[in-house]
Amino acid sequence: MSGNRAHLVEPVGPDDHVEGPDDAAITLVEYGDYQCPYCGQAYAIVKKLQSDFGSSLRLVFRNMPLTNVHPQAELAAETAEAVALQGKFWPMHDLLFEKQRDLSGPALLRYVEEVGADLSEVANALNDGVVTKRVKDDVESGIRSGVNGTPTFFVNGERYDASWDYESFHDFLQDVLEQP
Amino acid sequence: MATNAADASVSNALQPGTRAPEFSLLAAPGQPVTLSELEGPVVLIFYPADWSPVCSDELSMFESANGLFSDRGAQLVGIAVDSVWSHVAFKAERRLNFPLLADFHPKGEVGRSYGVYRDQDGTTERALFVLDAEHDIAWSHVSPIGISPGVDGALRAVEALS
Repeated sequence: MSGNRAHLVEPVGPDDHVEGPDDAAITLVEYGDYQCPYCGQAYAIVKKLQSDFGSSLRLVFRNMPLTNVHPQAELAAETAEAVALQGKFWPMHDLLFEKQRDLSGPALLRYVEEVGADLSEVANALNDGVVTKRVKDDVESGIRSGVNGTPTFFVNGERYDASWDYESFHDFLQDVLEQP
Repeated sequence: MATNAADASVSNALQPGTRAPEFSLLAAPGQPVTLSELEGPVVLIFYPADWSPVCSDELSMFESANGLFSDRGAQLVGIAVDSVWSHVAFKAERRLNFPLLADFHPKGEVGRSYGVYRDQDGTTERALFVLDAEHDIAWSHVSPIGISPGVDGALRAVEALS
């Protein structure tokens, strides 16, 4: 039978989008989709966990747009990656989840401007294929790591299969923190 | 959903080295899919029901990985006990590009032949079988019913065939 639980095959590296210190006791990797309503719910919960655990928690976000069910998710992910090239990934990530009800093309342009990124540079990055490859690489590393839906979380490299409602997730992370 | 003891127990799923039982099931009205007519490796994805949230995630993940399987010449095939009409609607709504076969009449017969029918529920297990090009079972896996298995295990098994 299964025995070995799914784990992250691509370790957190310099190309990742990271919030929190490298030596944090907990590294939480999320594979998410900007158009996924569950990821929208998880966004608020993760924010709360970041505030609870402070410098003990390092958050990493990777893309897993499920394009068959979320037709706007791919362009949203690529736009966030294009904005990231200007050092503004996290404000864009946050805005996309906060405004996930409107991820139309015109809305994405507004969000790019709202976070203060240069629109023509974003357009260039979207056209030259770099960000497309970035998202594709995230999807492949997610697939190979056993991502089984969105959002999927990995805690210190192990897939977290229990509920990510605030209480359960908080208690689980607290236990991880208190492990000797 | 929590894993319970019954879910975690070893099932009767056919094991690697076994010949994959032949079947012919409808993918759409008037469109049978017959195992022996499929060329190359095949991944059979038994899932409990169309429309359930976990199954939708599971199949969306396989759809995302479809290109990685086809790169290896492997075909994805979903199987559940729902009727062909449910499958047609579900496949269209989720925009899945692999067939969903109706193990509908006699209900669950193919699931039984692979050892993954759940008499207590009237559905199949959440089970994966990787068949090699000769359609011998190379790998099988049964997940807890409430947990989407992910695609990694099946992908590794397909990649190990060549």
